[in-house]
This record gives sequence, C-alpha cells and structure tokens, in this order.
Amino acid sequence: MAQHYSSFERGGVKWLFQRLTAVFLIGVLAFHFFLLHFVNHAADITFMGTQARMSQVGYFATMWLFLVTATFHGVNGVYNALVNQGLSGGAKKAVGAVLTLASIALIVQGTRVALAMTDLL
Amino acid sequence: MSGTYDRGAVEDFGRWREFQPGMWAWIFHKFTGWVLVGYLFTHIAVLSTATASDPTVYTNTLQGLEELLIVRVLEVGLLSVAVFHILNGVRLLFVDLGFGLENQDKSFYASLVVTAAIVVASVPTFLAGV
Repeated sequence: MAQHYSSFERGGVKWLFQRLTAVFLIGVLAFHFFLLHFVNHAADITFMGTQARMSQVGYFATMWLFLVTATFHGVNGVYNALVNQGLSGGAKKAVGAVLTLASIALIVQGTRVALAMTDLL
Repeated sequence: MSGTYDRGAVEDFGRWREFQPGMWAWIFHKFTGWVLVGYLFTHIAVLSTATASDPTVYTNTLQGLEELLIVRVLEVGLLSVAVFHILNGVRLLFVDLGFGLENQDKSFYASLVVTAAIVVASVPTFLAGV
C-alpha cells in the first residue's frame, strides 16, 4: 500500500466550504474585475459612482458576501498552506487564532467601509 | 499505486527540476493565492483611508493612484494572478470531482495559455489614459 500522506481532516466542513466559496468567488471576482476595469474604467471611478452602485441592496449584498467568502477562502488557504508546510501543535493553534482574529478584523472593517460607501444608513 | 516510494517533501522547492506539470500548477496556485489574499487586506486598508473623510478624498485617492504607471502595471499583474487562480481553480474543482484526471496536465497548460491571452488582450484597457 502506498504511504498515506494527508492533511485532510475527516468530517471537517472547512474542506467543503473552501470549495463552495471557490465556486462563488469564480463568478464574483470575475464580475468585480470586469465591472471596475472594463465597464467602468478604474481611472474614472468617483465616490458618486461607487455610492450609486453600493446603495443598491443587491449589489451591496453581493459585495459584502464577496468580502466574507474571499476572507474565508484566502485566510483558510493560508492556514492550509502553513499546515502543509508542517505547522503543528501549539504553533498551529496560535497561527489559527491569529488568522481567525485577522479575518474578523477584516470583515468588520470591510463592512464599515462598505457602509461608508452607501447612503443606505 | 501499490508499493512504497520516497516521494520526498512536497514543499522541497529545491527539486524544481524534477517537477511535473501538476507540481507547477500547485506552486502557481499557492503563489497566486498568497498574492490575492495579500491584496485583499491591502485593498480594504486603502479603501478605509479613502472613505475616512469627505467624498473628494475617495475620488482623489483612486484617481491619484490611477495616474501612476507603476499602479497600472501592478494592476495588469493582479489581473494575471487573478485569472490564473480562477482558471486553475476551475481545473482543481474538476480534479476534486474526478473529471478529466488523465488530462490534468493539459488543463494546466490550457489555464496558462488562456490566462496569457486574456492578460495580453487586456493590456490596452489597463494602460489607457495614463
């Protein structure tokens, strides 16, 4: 039998979420890039234009979900890369805690920025 | 596969001359992933300072950045990283589902070629008006 090497965690949901967020991000990242570089040229972006887009509930919700899924996918990807490098024990727990806090901070601040771009409140 | 063999460390980049296409795909996916997550944090940080006060600061910050050639070049770099990560990510989803495993090397090459084509075709748009 071949040597078994895996950092796969049986019964974990993070593996599934990494893939589900991937499917969502494929579409939304492409949309984000296309809208803000090709439909609207980046050099022509103004606060008024941004506010008009972000004040639409559907667009706002999409961008907020983009923030949350990208943060999970990116930070979990970093964590997985470090585990693959051999991170284990106390260091693994510490890195996990730091990355979790960084994710929460990014989502909170990203939400504040998103709200500052709207006239919804 | 039966029998055991010393596969060595996956992370032993010093063996890069021995790498197969799948290994290069793995390395490029990691590299582009690190760039994208780094950019995500930077992006929110820049937008945070730009939205901290009145609306003109936001407009001036973005238009000021867009006047710099280096920013336009870095944007093309970001596009190439994002497009490759997306296309190779689609390839990985198929690999995970067990589809086209026997062609995983060809689909990696296809990811590279399509990324290159999209990026080259986008350069005029990204450099316009700088």
